[in-house]
Amino acid sequence: MNNESFEPKIVGFLCNWCSYTGADLAGTARMVYAPNVRIIRVMCSGRVDPQFVLKAFSEGADGVLISGCHPGDCHYQEGNYKTLRRYKLLNKVLEQFGIEEDRFRLEWVSAAEGAKFQHICNEFTDQVRELGPLNLNGGNQ
Amino acid sequence: MSEKPKVAFYWCSSCGGCEESIIDLAEDILKVVEAVDIVFWPVAIDIKKKDVEAMPDGSIAVTFINGAIRMSEQAEMVKMLRRKSGLIVAHGSCSHLGGIPGLGNFWNKETIFNRSYHTTPSTENPDGTVPLESVIVEGEEMTLPAFWDTVKTLDQVIDVDYYLPGCAPPRDLILNALGAILEGKLPPKGSVLSPNKSLCDDCDRNESKPEKLEMLEIKRPWEILADPEICFLAQGIICMGPATRTGCGERCIIANMPCRGCFGPTDQVYDQGAKFLAALGSIIETNDEKEIEKIVDTIVDPAGTFYRFSLPSSILRRRRMEAIK
Repeated sequence: MNNESFEPKIVGFLCNWCSYTGADLAGTARMVYAPNVRIIRVMCSGRVDPQFVLKAFSEGADGVLISGCHPGDCHYQEGNYKTLRRYKLLNKVLEQFGIEEDRFRLEWVSAAEGAKFQHICNEFTDQVRELGPLNLNGGNQ
Repeated sequence: MSEKPKVAFYWCSSCGGCEESIIDLAEDILKVVEAVDIVFWPVAIDIKKKDVEAMPDGSIAVTFINGAIRMSEQAEMVKMLRRKSGLIVAHGSCSHLGGIPGLGNFWNKETIFNRSYHTTPSTENPDGTVPLESVIVEGEEMTLPAFWDTVKTLDQVIDVDYYLPGCAPPRDLILNALGAILEGKLPPKGSVLSPNKSLCDDCDRNESKPEKLEMLEIKRPWEILADPEICFLAQGIICMGPATRTGCGERCIIANMPCRGCFGPTDQVYDQGAKFLAALGSIIETNDEKEIEKIVDTIVDPAGTFYRFSLPSSILRRRRMEAIK
């Protein structure tokens, strides 16, 4: 498959309070953006267990996006900081598993930032398309 | 004909420590021998593969298999033992989780052979000889088992009934398991024969743990003289206790070494390394992105540390083959 015709599958974990609402805003405002991100709503980006990210990759995701409230704005005060620390750790571990840094992204999107969500989806989709399929579907043998 | 139940022991990719764990039953092994017939045990008794093949299917009550599976011969042997045995117990970390040999999953056959037979400083191999699966010598074909790219856990190759965790499993767990099998008082199939809670729950140092664990720098055990009374995480040393099952008797902690995770995770966890990573992320005590990066960079080989014993049983199982150069 050449990278032009390859449509990456991206799993997006969005927090209920900021990013999911921001994505909702992008939708209600009829903004056009890449449809590749499959959104999963979680109560907080801090709820995203690193196991969820590994599971997504192992079952066929080509990229994983985590999005939460801006630093200082977390509904639960510091869930997003925990996410940030885990993201930095997990990125290093994923690299050792041969999964490129550019396939895993953490973004802060507020409830008012529909346009930012649109931009992230487009940019991340292009970035993962460039890397090509991860080919882990069905497990890493 | 004796009426005693038949027991077998077998080894795959392992160091021999699990065999030692049986010997370490010391005088209790006499009670074991009194209660059962050991029909196959390559390290101790001279029974060949053909002798086992001749036994009726299902005639061995229980076979304890240690070691990970990384060669075709091991897979063939364990499949045969599965047919011959009523119960299969994965004995020790390597057959349970992949263990230390499982770290080979960060590489593949080619890179491992290259390192072992060519580039290690102690290797002298001017002809560049490597083991081949088949070679013709004087018109006769000679064969060796195939070496796989990927190390597997026992249950990725055959159906496993019970798991005895540990590197190596401690004596009391082995005796309890043998007792339960002999008395027919077994837990549900698939159980890990050790309590289902984390090591921290049992750890003597738990009381020394501060109200809020905070790590501002991460040290390796040799870099400081660890206080033998205080929680390792509170001293800045990575200890896998929060993500590791208990039952080991805190052998490492008592020797003033942090837990390395050989018992694997509890039943609630799929991926021990990811779970420890989550715990560590919670206690790194800074919210500044640059500071976080600095601390993360001080962890040498994070994947090898968090998955030291569990790489083949983890969600991703191995490094992507495409990513190995």
